[in-house]
Amino acid sequence: MPAPVISARNLRKTYKEFVAVDELSFEVTAGESFGLLGPNGAGKSTTMRMLGAVSERTSGDLQILGLDPNDHGPEIRSRLGVVPQADNLDSELRVRENLLVYGRYFGIPRAVVARRADELLEFAQLADRAKARVDELSGGMKRRLTIARALVNEPRILLLDEPTTGLDPQARHVLWDRLFRLKEQGTTLVLTTHYMDEAEQLCDRLVVVDKGVILAEGSPASLIREYSSREVLELRFGSDRNADAVTALAGIGDRIETLPDRVLIFAADGESALEEVSRRGIESITSLVRRSSLEDVFLRLTGRTLVE
Amino acid sequence: MSALGSLYARNARSVVYRGALASKSSNAVVIISGFFEPIFYLLALGFGLGSLIGTVQTQGGAEVPYAAFIAPALLAVAAMNGAIFDSTWNVFFKIKYAKLYEGMLATTLGPLDVALGEITLALSRGGLYAIGFMIVMQALGLNLAWTALLALPAVLLIAFGFAAIGMAITSYLNTFQQMDWINFVLLPMFLFSATLYPITVYPEPVQWFVQALPLWHGVELVRGLTTGVLSPLMLVHVLYYVVMVVVGLVFTTRRLRVLFLS
Repeated sequence: MPAPVISARNLRKTYKEFVAVDELSFEVTAGESFGLLGPNGAGKSTTMRMLGAVSERTSGDLQILGLDPNDHGPEIRSRLGVVPQADNLDSELRVRENLLVYGRYFGIPRAVVARRADELLEFAQLADRAKARVDELSGGMKRRLTIARALVNEPRILLLDEPTTGLDPQARHVLWDRLFRLKEQGTTLVLTTHYMDEAEQLCDRLVVVDKGVILAEGSPASLIREYSSREVLELRFGSDRNADAVTALAGIGDRIETLPDRVLIFAADGESALEEVSRRGIESITSLVRRSSLEDVFLRLTGRTLVE
Repeated sequence: MSALGSLYARNARSVVYRGALASKSSNAVVIISGFFEPIFYLLALGFGLGSLIGTVQTQGGAEVPYAAFIAPALLAVAAMNGAIFDSTWNVFFKIKYAKLYEGMLATTLGPLDVALGEITLALSRGGLYAIGFMIVMQALGLNLAWTALLALPAVLLIAFGFAAIGMAITSYLNTFQQMDWINFVLLPMFLFSATLYPITVYPEPVQWFVQALPLWHGVELVRGLTTGVLSPLMLVHVLYYVVMVVVGLVFTTRRLRVLFLS
């Protein structure tokens, strides 16, 4: 196994009384695509800022590319690409100028930056918008420009904080495609998300965090295998009948979860669970059998859904 | 790596480069109005009011026409206003809304690069105003000695001092309302710092107070140079601004580090 490019041990960050990140330990290996998964306020962004060497840890050990960010901030940042949660593109500059200027911040020679800027505009599918104002771009284009900007110093690791939050489905798919290409080229990706489908699409391995602590760790498939059943039967009874129905459903499947709007039955075989429900004469408004997802894993681990 | 290494990457020029690109699209009206403002004051007060006043005695004891008395003061004020505008309003916006420095400091740039770069930009605007105004002064015969040439570097130093202090103060502010305090201080300082009349009109305690203010030192320095009445006291004026520069840079760097790198 190659040496880890990121190694965090008992990583902790507190702001006065508030514990944002509590003793996180994880490693990321080169070329891996690693996800931090959790709801808003789980400590994901704080962790990303520490990994980006722009926020000092309160305690614990952290090594990025073998260096301690407390002592080697600029050196580490020179080899990272950062895509922050909120776009911080330079709106006083044009699209291509954003890449030129950002490259100059790293001290990269003008000629080199100019060449890379053109390549990255191609990659980000923005070549025809090179002279556009940043404010004229759509949300998806802005994100792609931010990613292109993060690549201008040819980073070893790309940090992405909620890369597709707020984008429409089509824009998300375009973005996932671009990130997947980077992964194929061997760039190490570290991303945070609260979207399960995103994590399943992009992450080789992920940790589920909530309230600053790691609840589970593994590949999307192994987490589903470990913390959920193969299939899930979703039943809707209308909010006032949910509780009564649960009593009648007892014993069906491996486990039953009651949500405000629906009841989830976890079972290896969803169809036969559904047959059992109708055999008992329980009538639901709607029923749906689906494959189990990371969303179910999170629900199992925390007792609540991710996007609330 | 040394402590300075994490604060300064010797790349402030990239921040200046960014500013030069950005200013292409910036508001030309603001820049032009900043240039004409002191000229309007000079014409209205220096020549309009000045025709009633005649000559005035400078600190150095020379009798000079009223316009030649206030022109160097207006020059110092123009440098101050140009530097302050860029280092306060613009900087505040970049910290709070544009998140510009957040992006910069995620690269290898350190806070001192950002501070020096932004202050250089503020200073170049102040310098530009100064050159324009000096040309007007020359055309109107208000530069009374060859030492007026030295007023140009003096004005740059004044702009540097105000830009450094302005950026330091701005980095500690949280709301737009607090920004109004800056204007609240600047306007009386312009009016009362022996700009429009000699400091000797004040009772002695008031004189001491005025002499503690930065603008007075700027006005006296520039006035001494354009009227050609030199004195060793001018070294004190220079020193005053050097201290402003250093204090401003130290606090700005420290504050940017706290805001974006801790």
